[in-house]
Amino acid sequence: MFWTYAALLLLVFVTANVYGRFRAMQMAGNQLSALHSRPSYHGGYLAILAVLPASVLLIVWAVIEPRLLNTLVINANAQLVEGLYKPELQAFLRDARAIAFGGIVGFSDAGKEQAAEVFASLARISFYLKTTLILALVAGGLWYGNRSIHPAMRARHFVERTVMGLLILCSAVAIFTTIGIVLSLIFESLMFFRKIPIMDFVFGTHWSPQSAFEGAGADHGETNTKIFGAIPLLVGTMLITFIAIMVAAPIGLLSAIYLSDYASTPVRAIAKPVLEILAGIPTVVYGFFAALTVAPFIRGWGESIGLSVSSESALAAGLVMGIMIIPFVSSLSDDVINAVPQSLRDGSAGLGATKSETIRRVVLPAALPGIVSALILAISRAIGETMIVVMAAGLAANMTVNPLEAVTTVTVQIVTLLVGDQEFDSAKTLAAFALGLLLFCITLALNIFALRVVKKYREQYD
Amino acid sequence: MALEMTTDTLSAVDTTVSAPPAVSPDGETLKMRGRDVKVFYGDKQALHGVDLDVRKNRVTALIGPSGCGKSTFLRCLNRMNDTIDICRVKGDILLDNDDIYDPRIDVVELRARVGMVFQKPNPFPKSIFENVAYGARIHGLAQSKTDLEAIVASSLQRAGLFEEVKDRLDEPGTGLSGGQQQRLCIARAIAVSPEVILMDEPCSALDPIATAKVEELIDELRQNYTIVIVTHSMQQAARVSQHTAFFHLGNLVEEGLTNDIFTNPKDQRTQDYITGRFG
Ligand SMILES: Nc1ncnc2c1ncn2[C@@H]1O[C@H](COP(=O)(O)OP(=O)(O)OP(=O)(O)O)[C@@H](O)[C@H]1O
Ligand SMILES: [Mg+2]
Repeated sequence: MFWTYAALLLLVFVTANVYGRFRAMQMAGNQLSALHSRPSYHGGYLAILAVLPASVLLIVWAVIEPRLLNTLVINANAQLVEGLYKPELQAFLRDARAIAFGGIVGFSDAGKEQAAEVFASLARISFYLKTTLILALVAGGLWYGNRSIHPAMRARHFVERTVMGLLILCSAVAIFTTIGIVLSLIFESLMFFRKIPIMDFVFGTHWSPQSAFEGAGADHGETNTKIFGAIPLLVGTMLITFIAIMVAAPIGLLSAIYLSDYASTPVRAIAKPVLEILAGIPTVVYGFFAALTVAPFIRGWGESIGLSVSSESALAAGLVMGIMIIPFVSSLSDDVINAVPQSLRDGSAGLGATKSETIRRVVLPAALPGIVSALILAISRAIGETMIVVMAAGLAANMTVNPLEAVTTVTVQIVTLLVGDQEFDSAKTLAAFALGLLLFCITLALNIFALRVVKKYREQYD
Repeated sequence: MALEMTTDTLSAVDTTVSAPPAVSPDGETLKMRGRDVKVFYGDKQALHGVDLDVRKNRVTALIGPSGCGKSTFLRCLNRMNDTIDICRVKGDILLDNDDIYDPRIDVVELRARVGMVFQKPNPFPKSIFENVAYGARIHGLAQSKTDLEAIVASSLQRAGLFEEVKDRLDEPGTGLSGGQQQRLCIARAIAVSPEVILMDEPCSALDPIATAKVEELIDELRQNYTIVIVTHSMQQAARVSQHTAFFHLGNLVEEGLTNDIFTNPKDQRTQDYITGRFG
């Protein structure tokens, strides 16, 4: 239904556009120079006037109609739904809708039939009302637009402003979605902190939320607050991230230097995209590479020199994660190294410095802030990574810095807390939101820091 | 260690160390000699066989319309063209009696002997002190910190910059004015004690006052160094140089005493250029 209207409006849009052009040319006596705005802007003007109000109505209608109908039906059948719990009420409305508009009906009874009738009649009214309003808006827009088309009219300004409005709307959607996500994160976390003291969470050293409600008939009052300590998760995250950076920083940086200053153009043309393919490999593929290839290899190697290595180890996950973020480091560093002006390299070479001296003493110091920010972005990518760690590092919240042991990370615990059927108000599931908030704060801080460094770097050359 | 090795290779090539220096017909010592220098960028030929001598302790100006190959020739003199992948150089260029394109020549050593100052001032994003100390450090010229400080101070002094910056040696070189930056770059080149200094339009990014200072400096430097300068300004060439070479379309059209070139050019193209009829 919605799409039929949308298609109709599109048709109106195209027609009005064509007609507006024609009309503007006609009024200007076919003389382009007599027009303030080019004919296509007049077309756009008319089309926007005809379609935009109707589109807004259509969208608003689609959003509020179902709720409005529900409320009206509930009011009309107040005695039927009295005393129903929320899920029951929802089931009732769902069935009534299914009876009225077709669909799978759970089971039907007289009450639901009655409600369905109300639904059907309301929907009919809504349909006629909507159609009339849309037609009126389209006709009104066309009439007004047609009347106001005039050679001196500033159609261009109108169209430009509408386009700008649309762009603002789209960016607002992105921004408000972000804000919404953060708010819901904060809100749920607050619920969690009402059950578990924030200090116990942030500074606690013991993490085993699966054992939160031991004992039959445990209620929320008995929640053990001492098992939600996030420190072991943070330590695990840091350990794995540290290993990953130890792998990615040297390899990524050195290959960036090779690509930007040593590689010939053909080599560069091939090597750079190949490196960037690494970034396109799905993380789950890295995950089973880590779990099935690297972890057993490390275990075998460890045993051969007499170390006990658990089959899921921080080392395996960290190594593979390091490989995964190499392209972040190399690609970004390559960009900042290339941004160092050629004149500095020439100046250094002109004094008799070799290529490697030039790079060590001039290029790298000049590019350092950019490289640091590349590393920080790579770190925040590593901190947020889940799949590799789930598959290769394990679930045990050990508080250790031994890379040969199994550890777990913040992201992995969020996954395990939310997998399966969960009550959404238990401390256990709410803990996932608190962890999410923690993670968000850490990566946000890192990103802000990186952006500041980049900004400082930009100022240096402009 | 590296320095010792390079000196070794240089003297190994230089079998005629005791050979007398080349001398021009009028009795001046020739510091550098270009013989039939041809340069190609890919398939495109930029220089068509240039023979040009650079006299010791003189300023030689290269003039000519844009794109005629002045920078290309200048960059041949310390092999800066090596940094351009597609560039090939044919012919001989001699520094004293060494062929600088001999494969046994170490280009690092060569560039220490033939320094370069660029069109746009390009100080490193380091302190003023570090900018000047840079060359001395990489060539291991200073045994101690005091040595290094002495080198920096004397280089700045010779570049006429010392008085202006002596109180802020640890401030970034990029914070100086354009003219000061260019003199800093000259100081940086002097610090490695080169024998020849190449300058590619060193004043084109400077205002008249800064230009006058640099020109004055060039005149003083002539006492101790041999200088080759590319310039677009006839007046500048006339003011600072003793010898002038006029390039056109990749050919050396005419060279000689600056006075003669400007007052009595032999070639019609030179005449046209210096009177501003083309270029
Ligand atoms: N890196 C390069 N790659 C390809 N061609 C080049 C390169 N550098 C110079 N050329 C070409 O060689 C010719 C001579 O250039 P060169 O820079 O020596 O001229 P110039 O006399 O210094 O000019 P200007 O006075 O504008 O600086 C020009 O035709 C130029 O296009
Ligand atoms: Mg040039």
